[in-house]
Amino acid sequence: MAEVSYVNASRIYPGNPIPAVNDLNLEVGDGEFMVLVGPSGSGKSTALRMLAGLEDIDTGEVRISGKDVSNKPPKDRDIAMVFQNYALYPHMTVAENMGFALKLKGVPRSQRDTRVREAAKLLDLERYLDRKPKALSGGQRQRVAMGRAIVREPAVFLMDEPLSNLDAKLRVETRANIAALQARLGTTTIYVTHDQVEAMTMGHRVAVLKDGELQQCDTPRALYDRPANAFVAGFIGSPAMNLKTVPLTEGGAKVGDLLVPLTRTVLDAAKAASLSEITIGIRPESFKVSTDEAGLALHVDLVEELGADAYVYGTAHLGDTDEQVVVRVADRAVPEMGQTIRLTVVPDETHVFSPASGERLG
Amino acid sequence: MAAIETTVVRSTASDTTARPGGIRPSRRRRSRPASIALHAGLITASFIAIFPVFWVLVTSFKPTADAYSTALWRNFTFENYSSVLDSRFPRWFLNSVIVAMLTMALGVFISATCGYAMSRFRFPGYRPLMWLFLLTQMFPVAILIVPIYNIMTRLGLIDTYWSLILAYCTVAVPFCSYLLKGYFDTVPIEIDEAGRVDGLTPFGTFWRLIVPLARPGLAVTAFYTFLTAWGEVAYASKFMTSEKQYTLAFGMQVYVGQFKTEWGDLAAASIMVTVPALVVFYVVQKYLVSGLTAGGTKG
Repeated sequence: MAEVSYVNASRIYPGNPIPAVNDLNLEVGDGEFMVLVGPSGSGKSTALRMLAGLEDIDTGEVRISGKDVSNKPPKDRDIAMVFQNYALYPHMTVAENMGFALKLKGVPRSQRDTRVREAAKLLDLERYLDRKPKALSGGQRQRVAMGRAIVREPAVFLMDEPLSNLDAKLRVETRANIAALQARLGTTTIYVTHDQVEAMTMGHRVAVLKDGELQQCDTPRALYDRPANAFVAGFIGSPAMNLKTVPLTEGGAKVGDLLVPLTRTVLDAAKAASLSEITIGIRPESFKVSTDEAGLALHVDLVEELGADAYVYGTAHLGDTDEQVVVRVADRAVPEMGQTIRLTVVPDETHVFSPASGERLG
Repeated sequence: MAAIETTVVRSTASDTTARPGGIRPSRRRRSRPASIALHAGLITASFIAIFPVFWVLVTSFKPTADAYSTALWRNFTFENYSSVLDSRFPRWFLNSVIVAMLTMALGVFISATCGYAMSRFRFPGYRPLMWLFLLTQMFPVAILIVPIYNIMTRLGLIDTYWSLILAYCTVAVPFCSYLLKGYFDTVPIEIDEAGRVDGLTPFGTFWRLIVPLARPGLAVTAFYTFLTAWGEVAYASKFMTSEKQYTLAFGMQVYVGQFKTEWGDLAAASIMVTVPALVVFYVVQKYLVSGLTAGGTKG
């Protein structure tokens, strides 16, 4: 059983007052695909490297299959890692690259060759076994890096942004391949990315990190529907959720000319915290263009047509200031630049956060 | 892209006085007289550099009596070579070869491990160490020869190969460590990490992964250490006291007598001294190829 846990794990680089990873507590089940996502500097790569044994763990511990591996070198942790820029051995052929770890363990040659060939078959690399990395394309090198990890049959796969260096189309294709491969092999996988689309599409569960701290760890659907704080709300989903600080009134929030009704739970929570203003989050698809004159007035600045739908970027007057708002328009009747349209909000699709702490209310 | 390149190529091949129009702003092409002058200058400089060596070769095939003549060919003879080979020369040759080869082996090993440590590990005192390597190169031999002689005496190494090997390592290793550190810095650290994850010890990573990738740097280091040991005179003259232990650099002085210089013998000896250095260079220059780490990592 290859479960992974981080127990109060922290890493502070010497000379830095702020920890790179601060008191991380995370449980990954056997066979689970866990994605660590966050902006640059959020500590996700550091957390992965702590698990790999490439970074020291200053406090707390890391466990694989229930055993504390915090002080063990990487080779004793039964892991395999896929690096962002592949880290293939340039002077060895593809077959030698993939078989190297087994060679070091003393696996006999025939067995080694069989396992390498099986992995190559899985990844469609059989034609390239005798080539050196410099004779391969980016996508092929990435598959060799994965093959090198698969051949070792480890307890845990660690992947550090493996798709970052691929072009967009190849990225989409490889994303699906990696997810399918993991489902087939059933190996516990920890995957680091800064791309929330990868996180949402590949992970069984996603852990969102910011400044070294875990913000929320949940299924992609839960992260999307019930973000725990304003950061997660703004990070997950593209284009980002509209987050605006607006005054609270009886029964709802006043967004420009529009009164957005809020549930009893939210209003009680806001009153308990003595808030007169709240941060309201409305996703672009939660706005509806209204046909009558009621609703929030939006002056259209830019329309991005993506084929199936369009995103309208506009300015709305909220309180004293003009704020940018993004709206998704799903039909072909797309407003034009310079036009003013009226918006209403789909009820029950709003999210409310405290302006001070960013925590979800209700 | 191809269209632009062919346009430029075509216009340089054509009449040099015409200015090309079109896509790229033109560079000033060299006019014919300037080209001739440049080539003439280069030919002269090459001639000045190569001629003395060539003349030594010519002199080695002439008897000493004819050494001053300006003819290229006068009484062609091998007697200089045979007379040199009949003397202590072969023994000195052997001494030089042993000292130079061992200096090369030891020097490369120490420089490579040291350069790797400075490149990858942040051990306490690594910055002062790098400074020390730079500073010690500023000391001239004249200052160092007495202290090193004393050390060698106390170690009982005078008149043995090891006195010279160790002394030459002090000359070559700091420079070569720095050179190799720079070279190892170009090898991405992810390769080390991949090696660690695969199960290599730090020395294993060094030996099996990094060294094969640093061949050009190691080739230069090997050649530099060899040459330092091969041509050095000052330490060799003082640390080797018995005649049969002399290295070539020192031994060749016997041909310069008080009243007369044996030009023929000296020329022949000089040519023979050059040969091993040429052989080492030939072997080493095969490794001076670029593109060794291509494909290992992205970019």
